[in-house]
Amino acid sequence: MRAPGGPEVAAGEVLLSVENVSLSFGGVKAVSDVSFDIRKGEIRAIIGPNGAGKTSMLNIINGFYQPQQGRITFKGEARAKMRPHEAATGGIARTFQNVALFRGMTALDNIMAGRTLKMHSNFFWQLLRHGPAMQEEVEHRRSVEEIIDFLKIQEIRRVPVGRLPYGLQKRVELGRALAMEPELLLLDEPMAGMNLEEKEDMSRFVLDANDYFGTTIALIEHDMGVVMDLSDRVVVLDHGIKIADGTPDEVKRNQAVIDAYLGVAH
Amino acid sequence: MALTAAAGADTFPKLLVRNARIYGARPAMRHKDLGIWQSWTWSQVLDIVRAYAVGLHRLGLKRGDTIAIVGANRPRLYWSVMAAQMLGAIPVPVYADAVADELAFVLAHADVHFAAVEDQEQVDKILSVTERVPNLGLMIYDEKRGLRDYDHSRLHSMDDVIEAGRKALADASVVAWLDAEIAAGKGSDPSIILYTSGTTGASKGVVLTNERSINAAADTVKFDKLTENDVALAYLPLAWVGDHYLNYAQGMVSGFCTACPENADTAMQDLREIGPTFYFAPPRTLELLLTRVMIRMEDAGFFKRKLFHYFIGIARRYGERILNGKPVPLTGRLLYGLGSLLVYGPLKNVLGFSRVRVAYTAGEAIGPDLFNFYRSIGLNLKQLYGQTEAFLYVTAQPDGEIYSDTVGPACPNVDIRIAEDGEVQFKSPGMFTGYFKDDAKTIEAMTPDGYVKTGDAGFFDEKTGHLKIIDRAKDVGRLNDGTLFPPKYIENKLKFFPNIREAVALGDKCDFVCVMLNIDLTAVGSWAERNNVVYGSYQELAGHPLVYDMIEKNIAEVNRSLAADRVMAGAQIKRFLILHKELDADDGELTRTQKVRRGFIAERYAPLIKALYDGSKEADISTEVTFEDGRKGVISARVKIRDMKTEPVSAPMGKAA
Repeated sequence: MRAPGGPEVAAGEVLLSVENVSLSFGGVKAVSDVSFDIRKGEIRAIIGPNGAGKTSMLNIINGFYQPQQGRITFKGEARAKMRPHEAATGGIARTFQNVALFRGMTALDNIMAGRTLKMHSNFFWQLLRHGPAMQEEVEHRRSVEEIIDFLKIQEIRRVPVGRLPYGLQKRVELGRALAMEPELLLLDEPMAGMNLEEKEDMSRFVLDANDYFGTTIALIEHDMGVVMDLSDRVVVLDHGIKIADGTPDEVKRNQAVIDAYLGVAH
Repeated sequence: MALTAAAGADTFPKLLVRNARIYGARPAMRHKDLGIWQSWTWSQVLDIVRAYAVGLHRLGLKRGDTIAIVGANRPRLYWSVMAAQMLGAIPVPVYADAVADELAFVLAHADVHFAAVEDQEQVDKILSVTERVPNLGLMIYDEKRGLRDYDHSRLHSMDDVIEAGRKALADASVVAWLDAEIAAGKGSDPSIILYTSGTTGASKGVVLTNERSINAAADTVKFDKLTENDVALAYLPLAWVGDHYLNYAQGMVSGFCTACPENADTAMQDLREIGPTFYFAPPRTLELLLTRVMIRMEDAGFFKRKLFHYFIGIARRYGERILNGKPVPLTGRLLYGLGSLLVYGPLKNVLGFSRVRVAYTAGEAIGPDLFNFYRSIGLNLKQLYGQTEAFLYVTAQPDGEIYSDTVGPACPNVDIRIAEDGEVQFKSPGMFTGYFKDDAKTIEAMTPDGYVKTGDAGFFDEKTGHLKIIDRAKDVGRLNDGTLFPPKYIENKLKFFPNIREAVALGDKCDFVCVMLNIDLTAVGSWAERNNVVYGSYQELAGHPLVYDMIEKNIAEVNRSLAADRVMAGAQIKRFLILHKELDADDGELTRTQKVRRGFIAERYAPLIKALYDGSKEADISTEVTFEDGRKGVISARVKIRDMKTEPVSAPMGKAA
C-alpha cells in the first residue's frame, strides 16, 4: 500500500490545508464552506459552541467522513477521498472524545497496538514470536517504553485499561496515538471530564509532545483557558461556518466569537 | 580510630574507592529505566563519580561549599552526593515534594551555591523562589525533558557535566589532583546536612560528619550482619535520615546493592521484582500494605477468604513464637507450615518480602497489632528507635528479642540514660556535631555533659532491659480526672483499622477523650463500591452516615480494648468526628515524614474541637488548603459529631474500688 502524501514538509510550512469543505447529513449542514490550514510544528485548536461542527471537521481530516465539496491537501498532495487507514499510514493519528481503547488489554499492550503500522515482519513470524518478529518487538517495545516514561504511567504498565480511572485512560489513549509517531495528531477534547489537576497534567503532556517529538497537533477543546494557553492558532466554528481564525489574542477580541459564545440572537 | 579502620576508611569517598577495589564487579546500584533493570558495579560507580566530581569542580564547586540535592531516589542523585563528598563539598538533600516555601527556606539557610535536581518540576520550583536564594548559581539536572527552551547559562545536564569530567580525566595531572582531593578528605569533615522535618517549628539543619556516620553504620552493619550480598530498595525520601543511613551509609560500608524504583508509584511492584534482603518501612507504609491486602481479600471468593482468615488466625497464635525460636506444640508447627505454603508464603511474595532477612520499622510508634501481624506471617520485622541527631540508631531490637511494646536495648556503642523528668538522652557514635548555623539550638538540644536530648519520654523495661518510649514527652497529658492520656497510643489503636487513615486524639486537660479522623479513601472507597454507596469526593464519603456507622463500630472495638487495660480504661473515646479533608503535609498539618503536627491542628480546627467538647451535633469549619502547585483555596464543610458508648471499666484487680 502506498502511503498518501508527498515529500517531507519543513517546520512552519503548511502541513494540511482544508479548502472550501462542506459536509451535510441529509438536510443538516454540519460543515459549510470551511477553509483553514495547519502548519507543521504548531498546536492548532478548533473551538466552537456545541454542534458547531468541530468533531465533524476532525472526522473529515482523518478520512472518516467524506466531504461533499471541497479539497483537503496533506503534505502537498490533494485528495478528494481518503480512508481512515490511509490517513493512519500517512501519519495522522487521533484520540477520541469518548475513550476508545481495548479495555481488556493492558496499558502497555494498548500502546503497543499503536505500533502495529510500523511492524513489518509477516504474520507467520509474529504468530511464532520468533526470529525477525522478536527482534522487531524488542525495538518497538523500546519506543513504547519511552512513551510510557514520557507520560509517567510506569505504575499502570500491566494494568488492564478497563480498571483505570478516566484521566489515566485518556493518557493511555494519547500514548497509543503517540506510538504511531504521527506527523499530525488530532485530539478530540483531550481534557473533557477532567478535574483541574488532570487538565494541567494533560496540557503539560500536549505541550511536551509538541516540543519533544515535534508533533503537529490539532485539538478540539471546550475549556477556553486550556485552548488559549496551549494553542498557537485557533479556528472558531459556529453552526458549521468558520467565524474566526487567528492567534488566541485575536480570536478573544473577535466580536463574532464573543457573540457566538454569549449566545446573541441570530 | 579503631572503628573507622574496621570499616576501611574514614570518609565516604575513600569507602567508595575501597568498594571499587574489593567489590569491583559486584552491583552497587540498580535502577529500573524504560521497564528494564539497569545495574552499575562498584567500579563503574567509582568511574562515574570521579568524572562527575571533576565536572562539578570545573563548574566551581569546591571544598566546604554546600550543594542541594532535590529529587526522588535515582542513582544519579546518589552519585551527586558521592561526587560532592569527593570534592569535600557538603550535600544537602531536600524533600522532593517540598512546596516552594520550604524549599526556599532550606536552600537559603544552607547557603547553597549549587543544586543537583531531578527534572523540570524541580527546576521550575527552584526558579520560582530564585530571588530568595541569591547565591544559588548553578543547577544540574538529570532528566532533560521539557528543559530545552530554558536559559542554559545557569543550567547544566548531568550527562554533560560527567562527560566533561571524563574528558578532563584523560589528563594524568587531573587524575593526580582528584586522588589528592580524595586523600585530603578528613573524617571530621561534615559529610552531609540533613534538615529535620520538625513536628514543631521550622526545620533545622543537622550536620553529620564522615567519620561518625561511618562508625555508626559500621556498628549496625555488624549488628544485622549485612554483607555485599544484600540488596535494599531505596524508596524513601533522600532527605530523610533513614534513607541516608540505611541505604547510603550502610550500602557504602557493607558494599550492598541499592536498587532505585522506576518512580515513586511503582515502588511496590519494584519491591517484588527486586526481592530485597534488607527492608525498611515506616509504620504508615506497613499500614497501607495491610490495608491493600485486606481490601483485596474482601474482594476474593468465599473459599479464599475463609482460608486466609483461618491461617492468619493460626499465624497470630504461633507465628511470633516460631520466629523467636520459642517452643510451639507440634500441631501448631504443622498448621503454621501448611499456612506458610498456602497463605504466608504467597502473601510475602506479593508484598515483595520473600527474601527479606532483616526488616525495620521506625519513625513513629507502631501499633502492636500491626507489628505482630507482619511478624506472625514470618517477616523478621524489628523496631528501632532513633532520630536525625543520632544519625538514626539509638536502640534496635536484636533478633530473637522482640517485644512489640519496646524498641530494644541501646545499639552497640550507644549510651542511653533517662533524665529525671523521664526524657531519654543518649550519646552515640553517629551523633551530630550541631545544627547548621544555629549554635543556640545546638546548645538547647544537648546536655552540658554532651548527651543529646531526644524530647521523648521513656523508661527501661524492668523485665527485658529494653527501652520503652511512651510518647513525645510533651504530648503525654492527663484528663481532668487524672487519667493518663498518651494520644499516640490511642491513635495507633485506631489506625490499625484499614478504614482509618489518620487519627488525632484530644484529651489533655479535658474531661474526656475525643478523636478526629481521616478515613482511608482506598479502603472505604472499595467498601462503598461493594455497598452501592455513591460519592463524589473525599468530603462526601467522609460525611456519609453509613461511613460514620462503620467507623463507630471500629471505635467501639478500640474502647473495648482500652477498657481492658486498667491504666487506660478512663481514656476511652467519648465523641468523634470524621474530618472533611485529608490531613496534608502541604497544608502544614503533617510533617514531610507524615507525622501529625498536634499544635498546628489544634489551632486550625479549633471550631471543631470546641464543638466536640460543648456537646454540639455538628460544626462548621472552613480551612485553607494548598494545592500541589502552591495556590491556595478554601474548603468549607459542616462536620457531624457522634457520641460513643463507653465500655464499663473492668473491675480493677487488687485495688479497692
